[in-house]
Amino acid sequence: MTHSDLSGSASAAGAPPALRLRGITKRFPGVVANDSVDLTVHAGEVLALLGENGAGKSTLISILYGLYQPDEGAVELDGRAVRIGSPAQALRLGIGLVPQHPLLVSRHSVAENLALGGAGGLFPARRVAGRVRELSARYGLEVDPDSRVADLSPGEKQRVEIVRALLGGARVLILDEPTSVLTPQEADGLFRVMRELKADGRSLIFISHKLDEVLAVADRVTVLRRGKVVGGVPTLGATRESLAELMVGRSVDFTRKRAGGPGAEAGALLSVQDLSAQGSRGLPALRGVSFELRRGEVLGVAGIAGNGQSELVEVLAGLHEATGTVTLDGQPLSGDAAGRFRAGVAHIPEDRIHSGTVPTMTVAENLALRDFGRAPLARGLARDLGATDDRARREVEAYSVATPGIHTPTRLLSGGNIQKLILARELAGQPKLILAVHPTYGLDIGATDQVHRVLLDRTAQGAGVLLVSEDLDELLSLSDRVAVMVGGSLLGPFPADEVTRESLGLLMGGAHPHSLPGAAQGGVVA
Amino acid sequence: MRFVSLSAPSTARAALVTLASLVTALLICALIFTLAGQSPAEVYGTMLRGTLGDATGLGEVGRRTIPLLLIGAGLALAFRAQFFNIGAEGQLLLGAVFAAGTALFVPLPGPLLLPAVFVAGFVGGGLWALIAAALRRVNVNEILSTLMLNYVAVALVTYLIAGPWKGKDVRGYIYTDTFPASTYLPTLPGSQVHWPTLLLGVAVALGLQWVLSRSTFGYALRVVGENPGAARYAGLSSGRVALLVALITGGAAGLAGAGEVAGIHHRLLEAGQISLGYGFTAVIVAWLARGNPALCLITAPVMGIILAGGDILKIDLNLPFRVVDIFSGVILLCLIASEVFVRHRVQWGRA
Repeated sequence: MTHSDLSGSASAAGAPPALRLRGITKRFPGVVANDSVDLTVHAGEVLALLGENGAGKSTLISILYGLYQPDEGAVELDGRAVRIGSPAQALRLGIGLVPQHPLLVSRHSVAENLALGGAGGLFPARRVAGRVRELSARYGLEVDPDSRVADLSPGEKQRVEIVRALLGGARVLILDEPTSVLTPQEADGLFRVMRELKADGRSLIFISHKLDEVLAVADRVTVLRRGKVVGGVPTLGATRESLAELMVGRSVDFTRKRAGGPGAEAGALLSVQDLSAQGSRGLPALRGVSFELRRGEVLGVAGIAGNGQSELVEVLAGLHEATGTVTLDGQPLSGDAAGRFRAGVAHIPEDRIHSGTVPTMTVAENLALRDFGRAPLARGLARDLGATDDRARREVEAYSVATPGIHTPTRLLSGGNIQKLILARELAGQPKLILAVHPTYGLDIGATDQVHRVLLDRTAQGAGVLLVSEDLDELLSLSDRVAVMVGGSLLGPFPADEVTRESLGLLMGGAHPHSLPGAAQGGVVA
Repeated sequence: MRFVSLSAPSTARAALVTLASLVTALLICALIFTLAGQSPAEVYGTMLRGTLGDATGLGEVGRRTIPLLLIGAGLALAFRAQFFNIGAEGQLLLGAVFAAGTALFVPLPGPLLLPAVFVAGFVGGGLWALIAAALRRVNVNEILSTLMLNYVAVALVTYLIAGPWKGKDVRGYIYTDTFPASTYLPTLPGSQVHWPTLLLGVAVALGLQWVLSRSTFGYALRVVGENPGAARYAGLSSGRVALLVALITGGAAGLAGAGEVAGIHHRLLEAGQISLGYGFTAVIVAWLARGNPALCLITAPVMGIILAGGDILKIDLNLPFRVVDIFSGVILLCLIASEVFVRHRVQWGRA
């Protein structure tokens, strides 16, 4: 299959494509990030760029936005070859980027943020405000130039970034994983805006690895794998399965991985009563959270980032002060993180680089993080380096961590291998309770599969898993019950087979649980 | 010209860059000497001849190496824990104060007095650094607190020697009486190299290297220093590690202070006469060693040559006494600037 004949209906007019990449190659030491990538986007078209982590999407965006220069290949805008030397030049050429995480000054108003860098002269914000209202009305963006960025929801901040690109006159708009911070409902709102922009003749490049979204909003899909374009298909007629197969190079199973689960007779493992905690800014982060986790159960916790999930896990792991009672196996759970780990609480942290590992230390040293000070890894005050290395070799083997050696610093490992290392370390002591926060975030499908398998294996041995994830598919596929955190309160848990992506999405957005069909029997704790 | 980040900078690269920055610093200093009307070749020739070329010079280098080694090894450990101790100068002085107090006023039998003097020196320096570590728990930056405490230490020494501890028969001078002879350290013949302190310094440097790489405390220290987030996650107490590190680094400086008064001066005297800026020069010693206490065994004599050589330049070439500060300043600047070359490769030409 060649890629030049896949340009879809919009090319019929014969006009040159709005953007065309020819043979873009970018090499980094030891890796070809983009290998002779061809890509076209026409005016009035949404192109999805699909690929696993490390497939080369970010490099390609960076080249388009002038952050990197390609080693080979050419970029054409409206049939004219251009050189994009910097982001400023990209903007002048009409290429705008909506970053994954909004880059806004939160104490300033929307208009002040948008005036930054663009408008000069006196009262720039006031002059920008009029244009913002106009653009906002035209594309249904609902952006108020006078509101303060700190008061905006993630979705609103994202729309401010879209307005920024439009203010700069962007005709080609790149959206980098825009839905990762949104509820399903907010994502739908974004898709409406994208359709408006498309109708206006603008070209959109939509980066995502969520297949449903790609099918819902894009006209065509270009799939990258290991830096190469492995396929380009119109979304019409494509399915999740066919796209996933293109993306990973083999067929993928989307069915529920969880079969059975613990019976109702399984005893309570973790019991949480009326847990309340302050957030980092002194605002309540947890408001009277109560729930039970049974032996052998996977309890999923859904929620938009910042609704108390992190604090809940930190409290249980002994990293955050709280009031209320927590018992594990009937024993009160208290003390610091080290003590709780010894009591059987494993913690797969949200940020695997900045808290899960010490990137400058070696694989063997990182595997010893939990018990470097105890036998068999230490004798008195001295570490036993031989025992540390021996165990590291066994764990690396058992969890198939791909590393040049056990004395390699973990910062040279990929995200998937770092996560395997953390799993190996955390699960070494046969924990009773496993706190797993975004355990597969950013991992490729192979590593994701291994992480899921390991967690489910442990539940078969009687461990309980508290799984916090932003990936609703992951939650629904692994959990026995799913709870939702909104504003520090826990809704549910609901049996996983009685909820859907949509109902969870509504709860995450703050809808009252009683208004949902099928939620009444869920035993709501609000 | 662009910097390309290296994923795994090698030890050899770090050593080479360190050496290159030292050479660069010497070249820059050569330029300064030329501007001052001196031939760089003559300046460096005089320095080398006057330090390594004869026994007296070697003795002077050795004398300065002792405190640099003790303090540098402690600082290397502290920097690995991200505890930026800039107050070794004050800790050295407090070590000297505690040592002098013990030597002058504690009635211990002869053989016990000398060990007690060193223990007191360690305690004095350690406690001085602990103040900064304790203040860090309430978010006072230790760079500022340790630096400020240097001035307090100078004032304290001046107060003691001019006031309560002023010697009975020193008339107009301000210093204490001399210590009992049992506290005098032996020196190498024809020099002021009090070799017991030198041996102590070697032991401290090797011991701290062991602590860093082989002990459970060293492991915790590195986790705290290299990733505080992971330390918190694993339940390691950063505050406790900082307190212990402060005690060790301050204590090592205190030992240096005890060595200076017991080995050379035999009394407590003005701050500027006890320490010739050892606390600050030792920062360079630790930095040159890139956080490895054992490597201070090489870097401390290097800085000892520069300190002793500076004195030679004052005398032989009539250069201003600030010449040593120029050396230290330029070397430190080059070292800090060289950090980027350890972690990055330079690519010439346009991308």
